[in-house]
Amino acid sequence: MSLILTRNAPAADDIYEAIIRMHDGLSDEESARANARLILILANHIGDASTIKEATTLARSAGAR
Amino acid sequence: MMRTDNIPVWKDYGYAPRKSKAPGETLETLIVGGGPIGLALALDLGRKGRDVVVINALPFIARGSKAICFSKRSLEIYDRLGVGGRLLKKGVVWEKGKVFWKGGAEPIYEFDLLPIKDQKFPAFINIQQYYVEEYLIDEIARYPNIDIRWRHEAVAVTPRGDGVLVEIETPDERYWIETRYLLACDGAKSPVRTMLGLDFEGRVFEDNFLIADVKFRDERPTERWFHFDPPWPGASSLVHKQPDGVWRLDFQLGWNIDKKEAVKPQNVDPFVRGLLGPDVEFEYEWLSVYTFQCRRLARFVHDRVIFAGDAAHLVSPFGARGCNGGMQDVDNLAWKLDRVLNGASPPALLESYNSEAITVADVNIMHSTRSTDFMTPKSGMASIFRDAVLELARAHDFARPFVNSGRLSQAAPYANSPLSTPDADGFAAGPEPGAPLIDAPLGDGWLLEKFGETFKILAFGGGAAPEIAGIDVVAVPAGAAVARGRYGAEDGAAYLVRPDQHVAARWKRPNAEAVNAALARAQGLEIRR
Repeated sequence: MSLILTRNAPAADDIYEAIIRMHDGLSDEESARANARLILILANHIGDASTIKEATTLARSAGAR
Repeated sequence: MMRTDNIPVWKDYGYAPRKSKAPGETLETLIVGGGPIGLALALDLGRKGRDVVVINALPFIARGSKAICFSKRSLEIYDRLGVGGRLLKKGVVWEKGKVFWKGGAEPIYEFDLLPIKDQKFPAFINIQQYYVEEYLIDEIARYPNIDIRWRHEAVAVTPRGDGVLVEIETPDERYWIETRYLLACDGAKSPVRTMLGLDFEGRVFEDNFLIADVKFRDERPTERWFHFDPPWPGASSLVHKQPDGVWRLDFQLGWNIDKKEAVKPQNVDPFVRGLLGPDVEFEYEWLSVYTFQCRRLARFVHDRVIFAGDAAHLVSPFGARGCNGGMQDVDNLAWKLDRVLNGASPPALLESYNSEAITVADVNIMHSTRSTDFMTPKSGMASIFRDAVLELARAHDFARPFVNSGRLSQAAPYANSPLSTPDADGFAAGPEPGAPLIDAPLGDGWLLEKFGETFKILAFGGGAAPEIAGIDVVAVPAGAAVARGRYGAEDGAAYLVRPDQHVAARWKRPNAEAVNAALARAQGLEIRR
């Protein structure tokens, strides 16, 4: 399994809204904790270490631009 | 000479003056360091008939708190060396670990370290390192070809083309030894390593841990209990039972502390009281504060100077990968050095010790580093992730494998070893080339008891393996279902096994040519055509 980098989420707005809603009413610290849990839950769902490593590399470099 | 005051004594042997009065001696093998690694290496070589001298800077076995957790694989090696039964009898057997968070009564994670039952040895025993040293010394006494010299200290080491010149100081003389090989087993601060000016690269972790070995009477299960964020002082703590009613308590203190203050009993009491409860009476056996490092030498073999154990590689203690990692060095090195000294294999065989032992050290360093990063998060975000894992693990099984309180030592396979012949046949189960044998019941005993010392063939179905001159065959009868299952073996399958009980090659239908080629490769010989 390798990281999907083509359009894969037809309900993109729904997904984005769900992520933002997760943070409603949370302090920055609480949000950071919720994000961490979310990442771990999704990481388990993906289950493949090389895919997740690829994603971490992309996430870090995209932010640096 | 090394000072000996302030070092508590377990067993005093006293200064051992030399028998020879000559200013120097010529030896085959000199081992520097009489700890568990140096002693085991001396015994392994001595059993093979080699003449060995061990020098130890101290005249006694120290009592301090060192290694306590000895793994199944180490016990298998000690058993091959003749002390496995004695260790098992004295040690506290354990196989289960539990992880607790914030003082909760229910563990958030449990693990069984021996998922495959029916093996001669348990996953772990706990036993104080001084017992291990004492038992090894007792066994060594049966071998007149092994000479332990107490209170002899190496003070200068000079490599020469075909050997090493070592200057040695004792309480009443200074003499030299010219040795073909020097085996440096002189521990974490290895004076030999320092005298040769070798780099020791890796990470130092900014955290302090308090060891309190305490004696108390209490009925607690013999399991490894690890607490994250306990309600008593310290960021984490670990509990291990040892023989003689001694318990190892380990508390994480943080970085900026006063180490001298930290070990004063009145300052340790709140930790111990918190963990044991207010009513348990206890007394201290040992108190110390340690920091740790994960690092190794770039190479373990420097011409005729060969490093093993802590002298070659250091890990954090969570995972019990220090002494157990060192025992794998012993297992790997002894038969190779014996063959080289015999002239049966070329000196290049020792290069495979360098590569195989480094493979193992890197696995141990990787696991220890990851455990330490989990326990001592390096950033605010790392702390948030650590807590997220612990929170999720309490309610959700899927998160439990992320909890890392130490990944406990297992024998590491020699991946990509130059001595291994890669599989040509597909096996559904069983140890791959480079991996250690897995034990199984066999006849009245155990499969592993049949291996060690020489190359052997493990043959399934009997009579199927080709006869190779000088190679014993261990036949597993058709009825030995457990062994056959563990090796993924049908009738006619065979494994070629090294003297250290690791697999060199395996076949479903071996033929003499293939076995001979694999044997030559595993012995570091050119393949003869």
